[in-house]
Amino acid sequence: MLTDFGRVLAFFLVGMLFVGVVLLLARLIRPHHPYEAKNRPYECGEEPIGEPWVKFNIRFYVVALIFLIFDVEVVFLFPWATVFAQLGWFAFLEMMVFIGILLVGLAYVWVKGDLEWDKPQPRLPHLERPQPVAHTAVGAREEVTV
Amino acid sequence: MGLLDKQFEHSNIIITSVDSLLNWARLSSLWPMSFGLACCAIEMMATAASHYDLDRFGMFMRPSPRQSDLMLVAGTVTLKMATRVKRLYDQMPEPRYVISMGSCSNCGGPYWEHGYHVLKGVDRVIPVDVYIPGCPPRPEALLEGIMKLQEKIRNESLAQRPQPKLVGELV
Repeated sequence: MLTDFGRVLAFFLVGMLFVGVVLLLARLIRPHHPYEAKNRPYECGEEPIGEPWVKFNIRFYVVALIFLIFDVEVVFLFPWATVFAQLGWFAFLEMMVFIGILLVGLAYVWVKGDLEWDKPQPRLPHLERPQPVAHTAVGAREEVTV
Repeated sequence: MGLLDKQFEHSNIIITSVDSLLNWARLSSLWPMSFGLACCAIEMMATAASHYDLDRFGMFMRPSPRQSDLMLVAGTVTLKMATRVKRLYDQMPEPRYVISMGSCSNCGGPYWEHGYHVLKGVDRVIPVDVYIPGCPPRPEALLEGIMKLQEKIRNESLAQRPQPKLVGELV
């Protein structure tokens, strides 16, 4: 007799088997004519330049995060704006508090300089303790501080 | 090498049954790649829109050659575009079909004599199954071309089908 989780396991195994058999059958049956021009990445018909896996600038991350927060804020504002005449002053004050909290966040990122695309002086992490002493070839000692 | 790549010398009841099922499936869901080159593309869009309704043929435009099996060459193929057309055709999976729509892609059309920039027929770079005359052809003409292609697919067979020439091997 199967336990409850035994049924889950059986379900899982049958699922894996089903997918595996179908993929194998398709591989045996389907036409297969790979050649160089066909395997090249699809770039709307243009000749691809470089690799499609490129690094994006990390600065997009902060911008996207800030955008997401205020995007969600607008999503919340729309249903509130349609019914706020019936809800009265309490709902109005509640929404002002909500917007106020997000405004504090906006002020915070502004002060931190996250809204500026070009950061002229990057703030490097500051270490309190002195770094270990480096020995040069001639034996002179140099203090390295960061 | 898949089973469908094989050429069977003699036809029998299994092959003909598989043939009719395969051909029915292929001709009932031809997915064209959505790209237009010139004014014929306007007629192609009109054909795909609600009045002429390509959907009733099981066709709907795909944005990628990887998912499509029909290429509608709709319009003037310039020399600059010809390399792109060939590359797009190369990137489609088999079985793939080509409909050349309009005089320009059939033979160069009005640019036949003095068009220094126009390819004189798209069949110089890719194999064409159906040619549709017209400048541009009306949607009814495009529909007839599609039905001609369906007829062609209906008569394909694993047994006596001529070996398809691969464009990649010609280069």
